[in-house]
Amino acid sequence: MTNELFPSTENTDLASQSLRRRGWLRFVFSTDHKVIGLQFLFSSLIWFLVGGFLALAIRWQLAWPWTDMPIVGAWLFAAQGGQISPEYYSTLFTMHGTIMIFFVIIPILTGALGNFLIPLMIGARDMAFPRLNMMSYWLMWPGFVLIALSFLTPGYGAGAGWTSYPPLSVIAAAMPNAQDAQTYWLLALLCVGLSSMLGALNYLTTIFLMRAPGMGMWRLPMTIWGLLVTSILQAFALPVLTAALLMQLADRQWGTGFFLPEAITVNNETATGGGQPLLWQHLFWFYSHPAVYVMILPAMGIISEIISCFSRKPLFGYRPMVMAICAIAGLGFIVWGHHMFVSGMNPLLGMTFMVSTMLIALPSGIKVFNWLATIWGGRIQFQTPMLFALAFVIMFVIGGLSGILMAATPVDIYIHDTYMIVAHFHYVLFAGSVLAVFAAIHFWFPKMFGRMMHEGLGRIHFLLTFLFLNGTFFPMHLLGARGFPRRYADPYHIEAFADLLPLNQFITYCAFLMAAAQILFVINFFGSMLFGPRASRNPWNANTLEWTAESPPPHGNYATPPSVYRGPYEYSHPQAAADYWPQSSPDTA
Amino acid sequence: MSRFWSVLFFCVPVSCLAIYLWSAYGFAPLATAWLPENLSYHGRTIDFLFYLIHYLAAAVLLGTGLVLAVATWRFRDQPGARARFVHTKLSLEIAWTIVPAAILIWLALYQMNAWADNKLRRPQMESAGVLRNRPPLARIVAKQFGWEVYYPGADGRLDTPDDLYVENELYVPVDVDVVLELQSRDVIHDFFVPQLRLKQDIVPGSTQYLWFRVLPIALNRRLDFVCAELCGWGHYKMNGWLYVVTPEDFALRMNELAAERLGDTPVAQGNGAQRAAELTPAVSRQPRSPTNDE
Repeated sequence: MTNELFPSTENTDLASQSLRRRGWLRFVFSTDHKVIGLQFLFSSLIWFLVGGFLALAIRWQLAWPWTDMPIVGAWLFAAQGGQISPEYYSTLFTMHGTIMIFFVIIPILTGALGNFLIPLMIGARDMAFPRLNMMSYWLMWPGFVLIALSFLTPGYGAGAGWTSYPPLSVIAAAMPNAQDAQTYWLLALLCVGLSSMLGALNYLTTIFLMRAPGMGMWRLPMTIWGLLVTSILQAFALPVLTAALLMQLADRQWGTGFFLPEAITVNNETATGGGQPLLWQHLFWFYSHPAVYVMILPAMGIISEIISCFSRKPLFGYRPMVMAICAIAGLGFIVWGHHMFVSGMNPLLGMTFMVSTMLIALPSGIKVFNWLATIWGGRIQFQTPMLFALAFVIMFVIGGLSGILMAATPVDIYIHDTYMIVAHFHYVLFAGSVLAVFAAIHFWFPKMFGRMMHEGLGRIHFLLTFLFLNGTFFPMHLLGARGFPRRYADPYHIEAFADLLPLNQFITYCAFLMAAAQILFVINFFGSMLFGPRASRNPWNANTLEWTAESPPPHGNYATPPSVYRGPYEYSHPQAAADYWPQSSPDTA
Repeated sequence: MSRFWSVLFFCVPVSCLAIYLWSAYGFAPLATAWLPENLSYHGRTIDFLFYLIHYLAAAVLLGTGLVLAVATWRFRDQPGARARFVHTKLSLEIAWTIVPAAILIWLALYQMNAWADNKLRRPQMESAGVLRNRPPLARIVAKQFGWEVYYPGADGRLDTPDDLYVENELYVPVDVDVVLELQSRDVIHDFFVPQLRLKQDIVPGSTQYLWFRVLPIALNRRLDFVCAELCGWGHYKMNGWLYVVTPEDFALRMNELAAERLGDTPVAQGNGAQRAAELTPAVSRQPRSPTNDE
C-alpha cells in the first residue's frame, strides 16, 4: 500500500521542535511516540508497585486479621494502633483494583507498548497526531493526582470497590468516612478514560493511514492487530463509561437521581431519586467487560509475536487468529450481562448472556490451539520472553476454563462474588496480561533502551514469579468452591468459613514471595538499562519492521522509509538462506 | 535446561488436578476447601453442573498441557534442526472450531432448565381451584449491616398488624417449597446461603423473590447466610442464621414470636428456638472486629 501521508511534514517539524528543547524538557514535553511510550511505561510501573503493596496489605489482613502489621503498621495505621480497620480494608481492595486496571494494565499495554510499537511496527515516522498523543499522556497526570487524593483523603479513601455500585457509592451516608474520596475517584477515572480515548483515536488513524508501502492489513503483525481491535473497543465503549461516570458525579454532587431509587434510608438519612441502581451496572459493565479484552487482546498479539519468533516458525493460522481477535471483540460487546446474573435483572436476559458468554470461549480456544500448533514442529529457543509467552498460554487456559464455570448461570448462582471469581480474573489479568507485559518488556527492551536484559536473572525471575503466582492464585479456586466471599475484611467469625484461615495464610506467604521475586526484575530492568551489553538492531533475528531500525531508534525512526514485501512471520522459509526473512528485505530468494 | 521447562509446564495441569482431587476427596489439610455439603433440591443440579464443567475443563487443561509439554520437549532448539515451514491447515482450523463450538452450545442449552428452575419458575400452589404463585414464607429486609426477617403471622399476609419480626434469624420448614421476598432498606446487598446454593442480589427500590426446598437431611441444622455484595465497611459481619425445622416446630416458633410480640412469654425459652439451638454448636455471635462495635 502506498500512502501520501508518509513522511508527514507535521511530524518532522514536531520532531525537530522536540529535539530543540533542552535537557529534561525534551523528555517531559516530547511529541515523539517512543518517549511518550516510555513515559507511560515508567508511570505504570510505579503504579504497579503501589497496587502491589495494596495487594500485600489485603493479604496481610486475610491471613492475620486484626493484628498489628509489622514495621509499617504503626506508621500507616496509627489511628487504629497499627491494624487495618474494616473501613481501610474497603479502601485497600477498591484502590488495588482501580489502580491495577486503570493505572497499570491498560496504560502499560495500550499507552506504553501501543505508543512505542505502532509506528515502529507499521513503518511510520510517528503517530498521526503527535500533539494529541502528548496530551493523552498528560491527561494521565490529573488522573494520578486525583486517584492519590481519593486514596489519601483524611478518614478513608474511596471504598465502594472498583465497580462502585450505587447507592453505596452515591450516598455519602453509606460510606461516612469516605467524604469526597468517591468524587475524586470518579474524576480520576474520567481523566484516564479521556486519555485512553485520545490514544485510541490516534492509534486507529495511524494504523489505517500511515502504514509503510506494501504493509497491507494482512501483513500487519499480530501485536498491531491486537492494538487495532483494542482501540476500536476503547473508542466505542469508553464514551459509555464516561457518561456513566458523569451521571454518578451528578448524583453525588448535584442531587440528580439516575442511580437512586425512591425513598431509601441510609444511616438515618433519607435519599430519593426515582432512578435505578441497576442502570449503573449495565453502563459500567458495557465498558468494563470490553475493558477486559482491552487488557488481553494486546497481550495475545504480543504472545503470538514472541511465540512465532522463538519457535522460528510461521504463526499458525494467521488469518483465523485475526478473525478470533475480531470475534472476541465483537462478542465482547454483548456479554456484559454475565456480571449481573444474580443482580436482579430479568432472568431471561441471563439466558441470552449465558449463550454469548459461552461462545466467547470459542475464539479464545482457537487462539490457544493455534499457539500450540505454532510451537509444534518449531525450533524452540527458551529465552526469557519465550518462557513468559509459553507460561501465558497455559495460564490463559486455566483462566479461560474457569470462565466457563462462571458463564454457566446455574453454577454462577453459587460462585458469583466468591473467591472463584477472584481466582479467575487474576489468572487472566496477572497470569495473562502481566506475564505478557513481562514478555514484551524482555522482548523489546533492546529496542527501547539499546541494551540487552540479563538472561539468567530474567529466567530466575520468571521461574519464581511463575511458581508463586500459582501458589497465590490457584488455591483461591478452592476458597471459591467453599463459597468464601470477596471483599470480606474478616470472614472467619462466620462458622462456614472459620477453618479457611490456614489456606489463606499459605496464599499470603506465596503472595509475599511473589512480590519479593519482583526485586529481581527491578534489578534486571535498571541494571540492564545502565550496564547491559549493547544491543544490535535485530538481536532476536525477528522479521517485523521495528528490528530494521536502530536500537534505540532515533527521532523519525527510519533513515529511509521502509517498504514491506511479505508477511511478518516468514520464519524458516525454505527459499530463504537464514531462518528469518525480514518484512522489509527486498531479496527474492 | 530446555527439558526442565517442558517438565515445569507439564507440572501445571498435573498439579492443578492433583490439588483439586486432593481437596474434593477430602484429604487433609485441604479436606474442607471444597464445595460444602449441599442441602437443597436444586443444589443437586448446580453441583452436578459444577462437576460436569470441571471434568470438561480438566480434559482440556490436561490435553493442552500435554501438547505444550511434548512440543517443548521434542522441538527444542538443536543444532542442524530446522523448523517446519507451514502457515496453516484448514482441516485443523475447522476441526478445532466446530468441536468446541458444539460442546459450548450444548453446554449452554443443557443448563437452561436448571436456570429456569432457579430463577424463572416460581413454585405454585392451588387455591380455590386455580394455580397461583406460592406466597412468601417470610420477607427479608437487608440493611447496613444486618437482616430483618418478617413473617406474615396468623393471617398469612405481610404488611398487616400481626406480622412477626425477628433479626438475623430465619426459620425454614424442611422439605417444603419455600419462597422468600427480599428487599433492601439502603444499598445493594445479597442473600447468600452457601449450603443451599442460593444467591440473589437485593436492590433497593425493587423486590426480589427466591425459592428453594431444603433436603430432609438438613433437618434441625443451623446454616449460615451471609451478604455477598459489598455494602459498606461492615459487609463482612453481615451474617445471619437459617434454622431448618419441621413444619410443626416452625408453627411452634411462629407462636412463640407472636406471644413475644404480645409480651406474654420471653421468647428465648421457647421450644422451637431451643430445639434448633440444642442441635447446633454454640458460636459467639460477636464479630471479632476490635474497632467497630455497633
